[in-house]
Amino acid sequence: MFDFSTYIDLPLVWGVIIATAILLYVLLDGFDLGIGILFPLAPSDKCRDKMMNSIAPFWDGNETWLVLGGGGLFAAFPLAYSIIMPAFYIPIIIMLLGLIMRGVAFEFRFKANRSRKLWDLAFHFGSLGATFCQGLIIGSFVQGIKIDGRNFSGGPFDWATGFSVMTGIALVFGYALLGSTWLIMKTDDITRDWARKIASYVLFFVGIFMVLVSFSMPFIDPRIQKFWFSLPNFYYLMPIPITTAILFVLLWVDLRKKTRDYRPFLTSLGIFLMGYTGLGLSIFPWIIPFEYTIWDAATAGPGLSLMLVGVVPALPLILGYTAYCYYTFRGKTSHESMY
Amino acid sequence: MIDLDPVLLARIQFAFTISFHIIFPAFTIGLSSYLAVLEWRWLSTGDGRFRDLYKFWIKIFAVCFGMGVVSGVVLSYQLGTNWSIFSDKVANVIGPLLAYEVLTAFFLEASFLGIMLFGWGRVSKKMHFASTCIVAAGTLMSAFWILSANSWMQTPQGFTLTPDGRAMPTNWIEVIFNPSFPYRLLHMVTAAYLTTAFVVGGVGAYYLWCKRHIKHARIMLGMATMMAAIIAPIQIFIGDSHGSNTLKYQPAKVAAIEAIWDTEKHAALRLFALPNQEEEKNNYEISIPGLASLILTHRADGEIKGLKEWKKEDRPPVAWVFWSFRVMVGLGILMAFLGIASGIQYFRSKLFESKWLHGCWVLMMPSGFIALLAGWFVTEIGRQPYTVYGVIRTSESVSPAILAPQVAWSLASFVVIYTLIFGAGSYYILKIIAKGVVLTKEKEHFRRGIESAVTNAISKEGK
Repeated sequence: MFDFSTYIDLPLVWGVIIATAILLYVLLDGFDLGIGILFPLAPSDKCRDKMMNSIAPFWDGNETWLVLGGGGLFAAFPLAYSIIMPAFYIPIIIMLLGLIMRGVAFEFRFKANRSRKLWDLAFHFGSLGATFCQGLIIGSFVQGIKIDGRNFSGGPFDWATGFSVMTGIALVFGYALLGSTWLIMKTDDITRDWARKIASYVLFFVGIFMVLVSFSMPFIDPRIQKFWFSLPNFYYLMPIPITTAILFVLLWVDLRKKTRDYRPFLTSLGIFLMGYTGLGLSIFPWIIPFEYTIWDAATAGPGLSLMLVGVVPALPLILGYTAYCYYTFRGKTSHESMY
Repeated sequence: MIDLDPVLLARIQFAFTISFHIIFPAFTIGLSSYLAVLEWRWLSTGDGRFRDLYKFWIKIFAVCFGMGVVSGVVLSYQLGTNWSIFSDKVANVIGPLLAYEVLTAFFLEASFLGIMLFGWGRVSKKMHFASTCIVAAGTLMSAFWILSANSWMQTPQGFTLTPDGRAMPTNWIEVIFNPSFPYRLLHMVTAAYLTTAFVVGGVGAYYLWCKRHIKHARIMLGMATMMAAIIAPIQIFIGDSHGSNTLKYQPAKVAAIEAIWDTEKHAALRLFALPNQEEEKNNYEISIPGLASLILTHRADGEIKGLKEWKKEDRPPVAWVFWSFRVMVGLGILMAFLGIASGIQYFRSKLFESKWLHGCWVLMMPSGFIALLAGWFVTEIGRQPYTVYGVIRTSESVSPAILAPQVAWSLASFVVIYTLIFGAGSYYILKIIAKGVVLTKEKEHFRRGIESAVTNAISKEGK
């Protein structure tokens, strides 16, 4: 039996790995869920075909990050897993059902004739529901979970708060921004023009929600307030809001000028990255906010060590071939079904 | 309001979602390997029929893979929603195994599936073939890890218990290669291949029956026959070894499989019986004396422990296990029989003309799925009342805070949604089969002419 706990701070390493997995999930599945959210607003059926084709080779891999997030939490922080899952029972089930509906819509839609509209709706409402629930879970997670010893002890609707509903809606707009900028990159003609219009509209709301969430975070817990506003932290952390503001302006200008196809997507990814970093730093090192830290909730050394041996070669490899897949399907998408 | 038991509901929910899920990976394990063989035959012989078949089966593969993925995501979260105590207690041991499954299999499958489905003409033929092989290898790798985790729950070893009842690993090799794992892995992978063989053969036989795509149908039925004639008898042998292994490590499960209540030598094989859990006996029993001992211990006077050796609350539900086992074995024997019969007909050069045989193949199309589910019922229900055999009881695994109505409504929504997508999925697959194999010239596979793009665009615009 090998155990690296004497050399490395394993829970910290695994906290970073899980946080990275969730970030990649949010960024990658974010744009394809966003496309589902925007789906009914598209100007024509041909646009919808294009939108679907632009993500068809990727959605499956994107969703696998969610499995890594869930599975990784189970494996590395079982205490957190066994508290979070029962606490968000209802939104998690709705999210899963939503993901099922939208997932099968990819295959069924192109094979259906009369029922195509039905699968369009399944794709849209599945994506919308899953996104809203994810936002809801994040919001309510930050606000804390009622526990008793090693178990969740709250009620079935504890997650329903004003703040969590707001974060749910915020995430819907956030993913819509990722989706629309992805479309600017991957499509042309009317689809791209429409995506530009939608993106600038959505960007406005994303800005409002980011400000709202940022300003309400310090009120959730004095520790968060202290973390952001005490000196010298304040100076070290200032680059995050400043970078976010610059990215917003850059994206706004790009959307106005209509010359850049690739940069809007990258800028939106940057905005998400900033928001996620801000959120992550606020919560750190709590994995069940203000009850358990990552060190309390982690698996014992041998398990984390065994997984580290696997993850160190596997993660770069996964990122490598994921990049290869994106490279293979680079360029603008056609509307034809491809196989 | 009716007082529903959340433990029972959680069990039903898990049984339902996992039974639904297992159908798809089992089929895609076999089908991805079959696709790899088809593509290899095409590349090495240049025979276009193999490419046509690849193009045909990949459509069905895509539908099944999609359903397998979405129903699989559910499982990785359901462990936490309904079974949080179980998760907390065993995560140190099986968590890493599941993490390895995601890292070494899921990403591989999901990423290269994109190239496999949409990569024609974008990557070289070699790269495309490599992608197919990677996906096939990924499905097998996934089976390796998940079955290792499942087998550990059946025959746990290589761990210690902490004072608060959590399992901590002490030896990874012992955990991964636990006693029932090699048998279960072989049995399951073989079952997956057989399931696929019977679907492929069934479709081939169906086309032969209605005299469509004769040339392609011959390949399908021929390949399926080869598989079934060799693998189905081997599967019976593997199953027998798996049974001996179970007798050694989980004798209560074997007692339930055979519905034996009192420990006996020369135990009879019950062909038919209605096991009565309350009165600890079988009703309407028809049996062959001495056969159970012979099959299980390979000795006529081998002793088989009866269910009464265990306390009432430690026994699995006998009737479920007993009947599921009979369904599985019955179908297994039928499959071996059909495989061998078709093999013989093949060597007499009559396989592609025997109408009755084609009829049998069409009827046997779902046999693999049913046998597979029945087999899982045997092993999973036979493990009750434990989640980790002899260590953690099912009743002590369930989340403490969950309420019956919560589990009930989520179960109801799973049933509704799964039924809907299963119905739709089956319908689209049948539609693909009815539409038949599409014959295309090789050129069209790799370069779509501008012409076709334009006509396509116009026809869609017109709608």
